[in-house]
Amino acid sequence: METSTLLSWIIFTPLLFGLLVVLLPQRLEQQFRKAALVQTLVNALLATVVYLGFDGSSAGAQFVHLVEWLPDWGINYRVAIDGISLPLVMLTAYVAPLAILGTWPDLHHGAGLKKEKFFVFCLMALQSGMYGTFLAADVFLFYFFWEVVLIPMFFLIGIWGGKERIYATVKFFLYTMVGSLLMLVAIFWLLKTGATEFGAPTGELAALAKLNFAFDGSSLGAALSSPQTLLFLAFALAFVIKVPMVPFHTWLPDAHVQAPTVGSVFLAAVLLKMGTYGLMRIAIPMFPQAAHYFSSLFIALGVIGIIYGAFCALHQTDFKKLVAYSSVSHMGYIMIGLFAFQKVAIAGALYQMINHGISAGGLFLIVGFLYERLHTRNLGEFGGLAKSVPLMAIGFMIMTLSSVALPGTNGFVGEFPILLGAFQVWPVYVLFAGTGVILGAVYALKAYQLVMLGPQTRTDLDGLTDLNLKEIVAMSVLTVFVFGIGFFPKAFFWKSDAALESYGTSLIQKVSSK
Amino acid sequence: METMNSSLPLLILISPLIGFFINGVVFPLKLKGFAKTSANAAGGTATFFIGLSFLFATVAFGKLLGGENPSLVTYCFEWFNFGGLEIPFELRIDRLSGTLVMIITGIGTLIHLYSTSYMHDEECVGRYFSYLNLFCFNMLLLVMGNNLPLLFFGWEGVGLCSYLLIGFWYTDTEKANAGKKAFIVNRVGDLGFLIGMFLLFRELGTLSLTEINALLADPAVVSRIMPSATLICLSLFVGATGKSAQIPLYVWLPDAMSGPTPVSALIHAATMVTAGVYMIARLNPLFELSPLALSVIAHTGALTALFAGSIAVAQTDIKKVLAYSTVSQLGFMFLACGVGAYQTAVFHLMTHAFFKALLFLGSGSVIHACSGEQDMTKMGGLKKYLPHTHLTMLIGSLAISGIPFFSGFFSKDEILYSAIALPNGVSYLFVIGVLTAMLTAFYTGRMMSLTFYGKEKMSEEVHHHLHESPALMTGPLYVLAGLAAFGGFLGVPHLLGDYLGHMPHLLSQWLAPIIPTKELPLVAVKLPLHEAVVMFGSSVIAVVSFFAGVAMFKRIEFISDIFGGFAPVQKLLANKYYVDELYHLMIVTPIKKIAAFAGDVIDKLVLDGAVNGVGRGVRVIGSTLRAVQTGDLQTYGILMLGGLLVAILLIFKVLV
Repeated sequence: METSTLLSWIIFTPLLFGLLVVLLPQRLEQQFRKAALVQTLVNALLATVVYLGFDGSSAGAQFVHLVEWLPDWGINYRVAIDGISLPLVMLTAYVAPLAILGTWPDLHHGAGLKKEKFFVFCLMALQSGMYGTFLAADVFLFYFFWEVVLIPMFFLIGIWGGKERIYATVKFFLYTMVGSLLMLVAIFWLLKTGATEFGAPTGELAALAKLNFAFDGSSLGAALSSPQTLLFLAFALAFVIKVPMVPFHTWLPDAHVQAPTVGSVFLAAVLLKMGTYGLMRIAIPMFPQAAHYFSSLFIALGVIGIIYGAFCALHQTDFKKLVAYSSVSHMGYIMIGLFAFQKVAIAGALYQMINHGISAGGLFLIVGFLYERLHTRNLGEFGGLAKSVPLMAIGFMIMTLSSVALPGTNGFVGEFPILLGAFQVWPVYVLFAGTGVILGAVYALKAYQLVMLGPQTRTDLDGLTDLNLKEIVAMSVLTVFVFGIGFFPKAFFWKSDAALESYGTSLIQKVSSK
Repeated sequence: METMNSSLPLLILISPLIGFFINGVVFPLKLKGFAKTSANAAGGTATFFIGLSFLFATVAFGKLLGGENPSLVTYCFEWFNFGGLEIPFELRIDRLSGTLVMIITGIGTLIHLYSTSYMHDEECVGRYFSYLNLFCFNMLLLVMGNNLPLLFFGWEGVGLCSYLLIGFWYTDTEKANAGKKAFIVNRVGDLGFLIGMFLLFRELGTLSLTEINALLADPAVVSRIMPSATLICLSLFVGATGKSAQIPLYVWLPDAMSGPTPVSALIHAATMVTAGVYMIARLNPLFELSPLALSVIAHTGALTALFAGSIAVAQTDIKKVLAYSTVSQLGFMFLACGVGAYQTAVFHLMTHAFFKALLFLGSGSVIHACSGEQDMTKMGGLKKYLPHTHLTMLIGSLAISGIPFFSGFFSKDEILYSAIALPNGVSYLFVIGVLTAMLTAFYTGRMMSLTFYGKEKMSEEVHHHLHESPALMTGPLYVLAGLAAFGGFLGVPHLLGDYLGHMPHLLSQWLAPIIPTKELPLVAVKLPLHEAVVMFGSSVIAVVSFFAGVAMFKRIEFISDIFGGFAPVQKLLANKYYVDELYHLMIVTPIKKIAAFAGDVIDKLVLDGAVNGVGRGVRVIGSTLRAVQTGDLQTYGILMLGGLLVAILLIFKVLV
C-alpha cells in the first residue's frame, strides 16, 4: 500500500501554526488572525492536493501513514483516508478559512481583542483534533483526537462566550465526557478481544472490523445482553450525544448561544459531524447486527428529533437558538439515513453531513454578522433589514433555501435520497419525518421575515453597513457550494461512490446473511 | 414515437436564467447597487430573454408539427446517480409539454412586456424582473423535466418565485405574510408529492416519466401496482391541491393577490397554478388505474369550483374576484381530470390561461388608472375613460362566462359534457358544474358592471388622475383578447365541427398520442340528452347569467341590496365561509402551542431539569467524597500505592 505523510501534515499543520503563534511576541497581537487565515488556507490547499490525488475508483484506505506508538498494546499512529472521510475532511478544510474570514474582528469600533493569542491557538488545536478524528485509522488514535477536540472547544466557549458561558461549557464538557467514558471502556474491550482473536494486539479499525461479536436477537433481553449490543450501545451513546440526538441534545442550544460565532460555525459545521461520522465509521459497521436490531429505535429518535427540533426552533426568540434547534432537526435526517440500512439513504446521509455543514455554517455566520452590527440576537429587535443590507439579505435567503432543502440547493441533495431511501424500508416513519419539510419552512421563513422583511422598527439603522469584502468572500464561497452541489452533486461526491457502494453492500450483506 | 436529440429544450430553459443573472447579478454589480437598474433596462432585458425563449419554443413546436409524434430531448448531465437511484437532468418537449411551453413563453413574454410599463415607477424593478425570469425558468423546468424529481425541482422553484413575488413589497408585513403563507401551504402539498414519488419509486424502481408511462403499458406491471395505485395517485393529488389551489389547500391563492398584478396574471392564473393539472395529465396512464382516486379528484374539483365561485360573487376587491374565479376554474380542470377527460382539462387550462391572464392584466390596467384602488365599489363608469381596457376585458369576460363562441365556451362545454357523458361521469357533478358556470357568468357580469358601467363612485382625486394605460400595456391586452376570443376553435366539438366543414378537435387530435382520446357518446347513457341540448342549455344559462349580472349591479353592489334575505349569506360569502379563521383556530394556534410546550416545558423543564438534577446529585456525592481529601500526605501515599498495585495487576493480567 502506498504511504504518504500528507495526511499527517493536514492534521499537524494547525498545531504547528498554533505553536508558532504562541512563540510570537504579544505586540503582534493584531496579526494573529492573519496567521490563522494562512493556516486554514494552507490546510485547504493540502486537502485539495489529497482530493486531487485520491483514487475515486477504490473503496479502500488511501494515503496511509503509519508510525509505531504503543506497539505492545497494538496501538499505533495510523492515519488514512477513504471515500467516507474524504468529504468530511474537505468540509473542514473549506469551512475553516470561511469561518475565520466571516468572523474577522472589527477593531475600528473600539472593540479590543481578548486573549487573542490563546484564542487563535484554540482555533488551531481544534482543527487538528477534528482532522485527526476524521483521519484516524486506529481506534485508540480516534479516541485520542475525539477527546482533543473537547479541550479547545471548552475554552472557546468558557473564555470568549456570552453571559452564561461557564454553565454552557461545563454542560458541553460533561455531556461529552459521559459518552466518551463508556466509549473508552468499549475500546479496551475491543483491543482485548482483538488481541485474543488475532494472537497479537491491534488497534487498526479495519482489522477490528473483522471481529465478530456474538449477537442473539431472539428476544429483547437476549439482544440487550449480547456482547455486540453492549459494545454498540457504548459507542453509539458517545456518538449520539455529539450528533446530538434527542433526548441528548440539550447541551447544544446552550453551547451555541454562548459560543463566539467562529466557535458556533465550527461546532455546527464540523463538530456535530464527528458524531454521525463515528456512527458511520465504527458503531454501525463494526456491530451491524446490533445496530440493525435497534435501528428502528434510532430512526424513531431521528424522526422525533426532526419534529421536536423544528417545534423548539419555532418557539425561539433568540435567533442563534433557533438555528441551533434547526441543527437538532436536520441532524435527525442523518440519523434516519444511517440507520435505514439502505444504500441510497446511506449516501444521502453522508451528503447531508456536508450539506448541513454548509447551510448551518452559513446561518451561524449570518447570526454573527447581525450580532456584530446590532449587538442583539433577539428576533423581535430586527425587522425590515433587507432594505439596509441587501447583500446580507441575499446571503441569508440562500442559506435559508439550502436549509429548507429546496431542489437546486445542496440541502435537497442530502434530504431527498435519505427520505426516498428510508421510505423503501420505513414508510410510516418517513411520512412523519416528512412533516419536517413543512415545519422547516415554517421556522426558517419566520426567522427570515422577522429579520429582513416588514417595516424597519429600529431607529439606529443609519450606520448599518452591509457585508464587507471578507464577509462577501465567505458567503460567496458558501453560495457556490450551495448551488454547485445542488445542481452537480456528482461533480462533488463522485469520489465517494466506490466507498459508499462497498460500505452499503457489505453492511446490508452482514445484516441479511443471518 | 421518435426521439430526437436537440438542444432546443435546453435553450428554451436557459435563456430566462440568463436574464435572471443579468438583472440579478450583472446589473447590480455594474451599477453598484440593487435599486439602480432603470425600468427600461431591467424590463427590456427580461423581456428579451423570455422572448428569445418563445422564439426557440416556436422553432421547437414547428419541429413537433413535422413528425408523426416526435419529441425533442436534451440530456444535460447526470444529476443524481448513486445506490441505484438514477436521475438525469433531462428535458423533453413532446406534444403536451410543447403546448405548455408555448403558453408559458408566449403569455410570459406578453406579461413581461406589460410589466415593463406597469412597474415603471417602482423601486427595485431589477429585482422584480429577475424574479420573473427565474419563475419562467422554473416553470419551464416543471413542464419539460423528464422525470418526477426534475418536475419537483420546477414545482418547488415556482413556489419560491411565487413567495418572492407575492412578498415583492416586503416592507409591508401583510404582503410578506401572504408570501410566507403561500410557501408553507404549498409545502404541505409538496409532502404529498414527495410521498407519491417515493411510492412510485418503490413500485416501479424509476422516476423517469417516459419510463413510468412505458411501464404502465405493460399489463403485468399494471396488475402488480394496482393495489397501491390509489395511494400513489392520491398522494400526488395532495401535491396538486397545494400548487393548484384546491380544497383544502386553496387558502393561499386569494392572499397571493398582494403581489404585483402582472404576477397574479402570470403565476396565479396562467401558469403555475395549473401545474397540478399538467402533472395529472402527464401521468394519465397512472391515474387511469385508480377509479377511486379519479373520483376523489372529480369531487374535489367540482366542490372547489362551486365553493370558490360562490365566494367570488360577494367580493368587492377586483383581484379577489379574479382570484376566487381562478380557484373555481381550476376546480373545473380537476373535474375534467377526474372524469378522465385529461385533454379537456388541458384545453381549459389553455383557454383559461388566455382569458384569465387577460382579465388580470385588464384589472391591473384598471387599478393603475384608479391610482392603486382595487375596491370595485369605488369604481364604476370607467368604460368611457378606459376604452381599450374595457373592450379587451369584455372579451375576456365573455370568454370566461362561456358565451358562444368565445374560447371558454368550447372548453367549459366540453368539461360539462364529459362530466356526464364519460364512463366516470356523475350526474350530480354535472349539475354542480352547470351551477358553477352560472355563478361564473354572474360574478363576471357583476365585476364588469361595478367596474365599467354604473355610477362613477371614485373620489375626486382618483377621478382627476384617470387615464387609459399606455400602448405597452394595452398591446398585450389586445393580443390576449384575440386568443381569448378565437382560441376555442382549437377544440371544436364534433357537433359543431360538422357544420364547419368537418373541422376536427385539433387539440384532442394533437394530444392523442399522450392522452388517448375517449369517444364521447353522442347520447349519454346517464342523462338522455343530446349533446346539442347540453350545449344550447349551457349557452342560454351563460348569456342570461352574464347579462343579469351586468344589469343587476349597475345600481347595487351586493345581491343583499335587493333581497334583504340575502344579508347573512352575503356576510358568509364576503368572509369566505370563515375558512381562514377556522384554519387559524385548528392549525396555526395548536402548532404554536405545541412549539411552546416543546421549547418551554419539555426542553427546559423535563430534559434540562433531568440533566441539572444529575449535576446536583454529582455535587452531593462530591461533597461526601470530599472527606477523602484529608490533606494528610501519608493517606495519599497509601492510596497511590494501592492504585498503582491494582494497575500493575491489571496490566499483567493477573486480575482479569
